[in-house]
Amino acid sequence: MRRVELPEIGTFEAWRDEARALLGAGVPPEELLWQRGQGDGDLFAEALPPVGGAAVSVPRGFVDLARLVVWHRDPERFARLYAMLWALRRDRRLLEDRGDPRVEKLTRMAKEVSRDRHKMTAFVRFREIGQPGANRRSFAAWFEPTHHILELTAPFFVKRFGDMDWAIFTPDLSAHFEGGALRFATGATRPDLPEDATEELWRTYFRNIFNPARVKLKAMQAEMPKKYWHNMPETRLIPEMVATAQARAREMAEAAPTLAPKRAERITARLRDGPAERSHPASGELTDLSTGLSGCRRCPLWQDATQPVPGEGPQDAALMIVGEQPGDREDLEGRPFVGPAGQLFDAVAARAGLDRRAAYVTNAVKHFKFAPRGKRRIHQAPNRGEVQHCRWWLDLERRAVKPKLILAMGATAVESLTGDRRGLTARRGGIERTQDGTPVLITLHPSYLLRLPQTERAAAEALFESDLRRAVQMLGAINAGPGADAPAG
Amino acid sequence: MTLDQKLAVLSDAAKYDASCASSGGQRRDSRDGKGIGSTTGSGICHAYAPDGRCISLLKILMTNFCIYDCAYCVNRVSSNVTRARFSPEEVVTLTLEFYRRNYIEGLFLSSGIIRSPDETMADMVRIARMLRTEHHFRGYIHLKTIPDAAPELIEEAGLYADRLSINVELPTDRAVKDYAPEKDPAQIRRAMADVRLKREAGKERSFTGKRPPRFAPAGQSTQMIVGADGADDTTILRTSTRLYSGYKLRRVYYSAFSPIPDASAALPLIKPPLMREHRLYQADWLLRFYGFEVDEIASATSGGNLDLEVDPKLAWALANRHLFPLDVNRAEREMLLRVPGLGTKTVGRILSTRRHRTLRYEDLRRMGANLKQAKPFITLLDWRPRALSDVADLRARFAPPPEQLALF
Repeated sequence: MRRVELPEIGTFEAWRDEARALLGAGVPPEELLWQRGQGDGDLFAEALPPVGGAAVSVPRGFVDLARLVVWHRDPERFARLYAMLWALRRDRRLLEDRGDPRVEKLTRMAKEVSRDRHKMTAFVRFREIGQPGANRRSFAAWFEPTHHILELTAPFFVKRFGDMDWAIFTPDLSAHFEGGALRFATGATRPDLPEDATEELWRTYFRNIFNPARVKLKAMQAEMPKKYWHNMPETRLIPEMVATAQARAREMAEAAPTLAPKRAERITARLRDGPAERSHPASGELTDLSTGLSGCRRCPLWQDATQPVPGEGPQDAALMIVGEQPGDREDLEGRPFVGPAGQLFDAVAARAGLDRRAAYVTNAVKHFKFAPRGKRRIHQAPNRGEVQHCRWWLDLERRAVKPKLILAMGATAVESLTGDRRGLTARRGGIERTQDGTPVLITLHPSYLLRLPQTERAAAEALFESDLRRAVQMLGAINAGPGADAPAG
Repeated sequence: MTLDQKLAVLSDAAKYDASCASSGGQRRDSRDGKGIGSTTGSGICHAYAPDGRCISLLKILMTNFCIYDCAYCVNRVSSNVTRARFSPEEVVTLTLEFYRRNYIEGLFLSSGIIRSPDETMADMVRIARMLRTEHHFRGYIHLKTIPDAAPELIEEAGLYADRLSINVELPTDRAVKDYAPEKDPAQIRRAMADVRLKREAGKERSFTGKRPPRFAPAGQSTQMIVGADGADDTTILRTSTRLYSGYKLRRVYYSAFSPIPDASAALPLIKPPLMREHRLYQADWLLRFYGFEVDEIASATSGGNLDLEVDPKLAWALANRHLFPLDVNRAEREMLLRVPGLGTKTVGRILSTRRHRTLRYEDLRRMGANLKQAKPFITLLDWRPRALSDVADLRARFAPPPEQLALF
């Protein structure tokens, strides 16, 4: 029997070095007796000089596990870890078997240590111990963890309380952070820490953040076990808070409604009858559009959308561009053609020499229609009724802008403008007319191009570009023509 | 009024906000010795109140004076509660002193609307700015955004805060109009859309390769009050789905409407349906982590409301018994996630272990499965539920026994 002694400070590194050497030397687990600190130990085991062995490699997951398990209070922890190392030599993927009892035991121990560590980061309560006017403020705490976790947890406090000195005393060890350096010391007893006035404020907060109408003691104790209570200043209030909760809740329920204070009526009247604070400044006919649209209930699409997306552009534009409906991005920004399809449109338009800023850009349907799928909103084509209802707004825009040419992109726009969505492929590139006679140039929708497989995309994009060129030529002809100023049609 | 009295009033007024999370966002620390605080990404609950809620942040109102008259709110203008107002310095001091003693992860600041939305938001932003720039506070800050505040203020708030939140308040626009007449649901949606856009812009590099400052790195959340209006659970969950998919919310909090001091006569004063709130959270989890669609959950409700006696996953499984029992050794991940009693972690362990060997009943127990729930729905090498999954009274095995009526 070989006795391996591990120090109380730096236990993990010491265990790792010993285990590495022993494993390299092929020492089987049953020949070892592990021990941390000065214990009585096994009188029959002898402490032997360290053995030298070949370097060994272990799965990554094992090191993470061992970093936690070494701090467990179970005296068998070092032996269990070494036995696992021994078993891993033969089966390197053993840790992936979550049904293996040895793996289960170690993962459970790791979980217990990890939980204790987490509770320590939560429940340590510092009291101020420094002198007023000192260069750095200083604080101290007494804490009783279930496992030997001070060394494991101290880095958390180092990262968190960088600009102050602090000390944490546990029955096992103490940690001291002074002037930015951390050190550990052994053998701590409970220090006598001075009263701290802030604790009273903290208790006030704890008492008042509690809602007496919902008492859930089990939920509280599951997360804040009683073993931590005696070192937390707020927990002494709990019995009284629980005892009076029911009566307080009943009192609230039974209290008759009171008369509102006098000022309430005045303030409410001012808010409700006063002019809307952020109404848009009126500047022409189409401003009615965005205010009118935001109250539109002609179809149910408004319910799920963020906002309606009105058209955008000069109100005397010669060209009106009509798409299908706003997409995810347009719905969020409240502006047409700013998403991926809009970007593709801008790129192709730039190649075709079409200036989007000179055109009035809008959609056949003004609200985004979608179906939520997990974290995304999937576009849904508007149905006939929705297109019809929304045509009211498109007609309003057409009457206000009086375009000389309309570019209809995709079946929905074509349907809204000509009354018929069928046979788009055959009609693409052609000129049709709206009921009032405005010429409509029919083309593809840019989001259709985005959905095409890469092989077909280039050809379709070329067609789209040629349509945009045609629109530019037609506009040139209209502007140069004799009747350029006359209303179209 | 002393600081202690103000704290009593303004924490009491803040407790109806369910959220106290300090998770998510970027990791920071103060190892450089020039400031205080750290965020670890996972959040810490520093205490629990007897209502079972986590106390992670100093959750307070800047002031509970308010010019709005929302029927469900303790701070509405027509209520007679005691009013108080913190100075920005007082909020900063409380936050830092609590933080130094390890009581909290940071600050969750909310406020009643005083004078105007812009002035209120400007004061809140000032507090966050003082904490971050004067005191180099690196802990967590959650600001409750006021939807009507000017965009520049929201922009600045997002630079200091880890999380921004805007409450949708109630599940339907109709209910907001009825109970919170000064609030505009469309404006609330636009504000949430704006936060999502700013967050996404904060993640993109500019053409020089520079990253803009992160905007609200821990995302945005919202809260809905349950049980104050007549909306059923399906309506509530549909609203949540819309919020998650549209605005990329981290969390939707459901707050069972709770009796408040000096309540408005417009509201029912009933015991809060805490179990309903719990079931909604369970369903919310199924939507986000278990691949369920709202319609599937809705199909297992009665009259649009979730079963209060059994959880929504079990309710769904009981309504879809033709899909079970499931062979744990062969089933796809998507189906394993639908077995009552198997959580995402257990399913992960099943998949990893299944590569090595065929699983037995005992293996599943070690992996952390809730076998009491799972066993009628699964088969394993050494386990077959036999008639168990066919018996007509399967639901009765899980539902609590009927309560005896109280004698009167």
